Amino acid sequence: MTEDTEQKSPSRLGKWTRRTILASAGLIGGGLAIGTVLAPNRLAMASDDAAEAGEVVLNTWVKITPDNRVVAMVPHSEMGQGANTGLAQMLAEEMNADWSLVSVVEAPVDDAHINSDMARGWVLGEAAWIPGFMYPLIDFGFLKIADGLVNQITGGSASIRLTGWHGIRRAGAAAREMLVAAAAGEWTVDPGDLTVADSTITHAGSGRSGTFGDFAAQAAAFTPSLKPDLKARGDYRIVGTSRPRLDLPGKVDGTAKFGMDVTLLDMRYAAIAFPPVIGEEVVSVDDALALERAGVETVVDLGDAVAVVADSYWTASQAIYDLDIEWTGGLAGLTTAEIFATHQDDLDGKERDVMVEEGDAPGTLDEDAVSAEYTVPYLAHATMEPMNGTAWVRDDLCDIWIGHQDPLRAKKALIDLLGLPPEAITVHNQFMGGGFGRRGRLDFVTYPVRIAQAAGMPVKTIWSREQDMMNDTYRPAVTGRMRGAVSDGRLAAVAHAYIDAETGMPDSEGPFAFQYEVPNLLIERVKCPSPVSVGFWRSVDFTQLAFFNESFMDEMAHSAGADPLDFRLAHTSDPRRRAVLERLKAEAGWSPRPEPGRGMGVALVSSFETVVGQIVDVSVSEDGEVRVNRVTSVADAGLRVNPDACEAQIQGSVIFGLTAALFGQITVENGEVYQQNFPDYEMLRLANAPRQTVYFIDSDHAPGGLGEPGVPPVAPALTNAIFAATGTRIRDLPIEKAGFTAA
Amino acid sequence: MTVTFILNGEPQTVEADPDMPLLWVVREKLGLTGTKFGCGIAACGACTMHVDGVATRTCVLPVGDVEGAEVRTIEGLSDENGLSAVQATWLEMQVPQCGYCQSGMIMAVEALLDENPEPSDDDIDAAITNICRCGTYARIRPAVHAAAKRRRA
Ligand code: FES
Ligand code: FES
Repeated sequence: MTEDTEQKSPSRLGKWTRRTILASAGLIGGGLAIGTVLAPNRLAMASDDAAEAGEVVLNTWVKITPDNRVVAMVPHSEMGQGANTGLAQMLAEEMNADWSLVSVVEAPVDDAHINSDMARGWVLGEAAWIPGFMYPLIDFGFLKIADGLVNQITGGSASIRLTGWHGIRRAGAAAREMLVAAAAGEWTVDPGDLTVADSTITHAGSGRSGTFGDFAAQAAAFTPSLKPDLKARGDYRIVGTSRPRLDLPGKVDGTAKFGMDVTLLDMRYAAIAFPPVIGEEVVSVDDALALERAGVETVVDLGDAVAVVADSYWTASQAIYDLDIEWTGGLAGLTTAEIFATHQDDLDGKERDVMVEEGDAPGTLDEDAVSAEYTVPYLAHATMEPMNGTAWVRDDLCDIWIGHQDPLRAKKALIDLLGLPPEAITVHNQFMGGGFGRRGRLDFVTYPVRIAQAAGMPVKTIWSREQDMMNDTYRPAVTGRMRGAVSDGRLAAVAHAYIDAETGMPDSEGPFAFQYEVPNLLIERVKCPSPVSVGFWRSVDFTQLAFFNESFMDEMAHSAGADPLDFRLAHTSDPRRRAVLERLKAEAGWSPRPEPGRGMGVALVSSFETVVGQIVDVSVSEDGEVRVNRVTSVADAGLRVNPDACEAQIQGSVIFGLTAALFGQITVENGEVYQQNFPDYEMLRLANAPRQTVYFIDSDHAPGGLGEPGVPPVAPALTNAIFAATGTRIRDLPIEKAGFTAA
Repeated sequence: MTVTFILNGEPQTVEADPDMPLLWVVREKLGLTGTKFGCGIAACGACTMHVDGVATRTCVLPVGDVEGAEVRTIEGLSDENGLSAVQATWLEMQVPQCGYCQSGMIMAVEALLDENPEPSDDDIDAAITNICRCGTYARIRPAVHAAAKRRRA
């Protein structure tokens, strides 16, 4: 085992200044296996407070088999970003591997029998095995660290940005060096005289050559270097090309297995009734009628929900209506209006945390300052695949089949729930039919296990769309108050006080940042925990705060009598942001009001180390019907590992953000979530989806995130466009609150 | 009761409550899980199959109603010659993201092209009303045109 520490750049890991990379290698099945672990520095890892540090532990595995295949095992689950293909590309690049011989393992075997090696598995390690030589890496209080992980695995747009850039590249380069060393030893030649291409090592002088597979076993005797020579970008031939995604063949012929598709022998199906009012508990259940229904096997009172287990999901879902459940407690009077009213009280009177203070904004802002107050609503994730989980609990063993963004966290939750040792629990991770932050939660881990445990057999529990929508952990509803002044055409001061509903996003990501230069700036946070459960929603706090900031920047431009795009350019010297704005202006044919009834709006947001600017072009009819004609996006996402997959993420993010701004809101009346299914929580469809163009800046930066950064600019760019077209400023989302409708 | 219908070319007889939607019969009793559950109220299209050639949202179609019908699912699209033109185009243009909606999407597109080999944008908009939460629409419209062309070739 070797280790190394390196300085890291500021990012979501901002709290630490150094991180440790551990690597180890060994012989597995006659081939070479290399593992790398990125960890907080080793001392912190071994100490008790490691769990509080918010560490990320990312693990990658590379296996080179005797038959010359390269297999990457990655800790990320595929929820649609194509990140696993990108990771495989990064690996193949550093190894100089033949792309057609490279694969990614991310779905575990459907094998309920865990052996002692597998017992050490954690993140998708359950897929295979964790070899003995890795044990020392794992045993550093690993589960303690797991406890501190919050959605760090497939979230935070982290797959390529962190695992790929810091872990898998290094593993690939180290593997190549070890294979070369083995070949040089065998042929007694200087390793410097060997070349590697297409998974083959060649010695030009003697004409000898051999494949990776030929040397895989010997290579395992060498120690992996932690500072292997990484390729220069100019030499890339796999990274930076649009390789077809490895997971897509199964997604056009119906063979890809999602959590919903797991089928076990003698499996039963469960439907759940959650309390109609948030927070209610069960007093009593009359299940007589339900049990009379053919196919119903048992009814499980979970205390905070009731499940029906039957021989088919449909039967179970029908039998839910046969139950007579008495509920008690809960937030019976709660309404969204009341929640927004609390924001007002808290902004008026509650203590504020100062997040940023430069100059003297309060002293500069007099009564002539422009003030604006913005709100955004609760939003559901509405992943296409409703929540579900299939569990099988025996006396001292538990298996669960789910699609989880953070399978490690799922496992930890089950250790706590069942009181079983880690080796007794196996998480079989499946493809996710959308995640967006929802699949980092634990409800669809614990309910299926509790139900299966009570039923004493394997049970697949499926949330109906209604239960999924009414029991989400929502993007929070929040309020922001902004004040600002311009003088001589420039921003003189900006003050922002916003409600933080505590999603748990680290401050180091800086979602509250005002991304323009202003001499007097004050940003204050007022913590106001949401009575409705909230969580990460694609791009997390950036969606709320970017709407406030980028709308207000438009208001400031208007107050200065300036063009909104030029005004932004005038207040940013950051070369990446400037390049994005300038490209956007050129590509979109920027003209805020090209003709009566039509408008363009712009917004720019940096998040997860990627800069995205968007121009939304709308037509608004006399009666307020908004048609989004086109959305132009320009992104600086640093190095794009798979350009086509990067484009797809921006295209999808635009639809996600627009859907929310046009239609999205979850409201609570009398303690109940009002929206239940798609007609109440509408989605863009093909007919009203805008035309899109996406451009990327050729950038020297390391890869930035791509799953999320396309979302935050969309809503403000839309409402800025509606303002340009109509003169009406929308400060509360969705647009229907200002009397507009979507075409 | 017993219901008999043709599934992907093979006669099938199942014992089921006639009210049980075809979606669940096919997924749970016949073991074909390529067709997905998304909403249960005919609002999203994830459960689209062909019933006598017509794209149908099967989450609300009682199995009792398909007695004697010809049912085709995503699993029945490819044959010994490989992927259908629509599937091949979907791969070529890298349409799916998470993929969960795509079985239904592809079945809806197949039915459209069976009926209208050269659809206009408006025809496509009118026929393809499936929800894709990942937002793959920007690729779907060009992919439908490309698949139509490939079929005609
Ligand atoms: S599941 Fe049938 S239309 Fe949504
Ligand atoms: S590809 Fe994910 S819902 Fe359409």
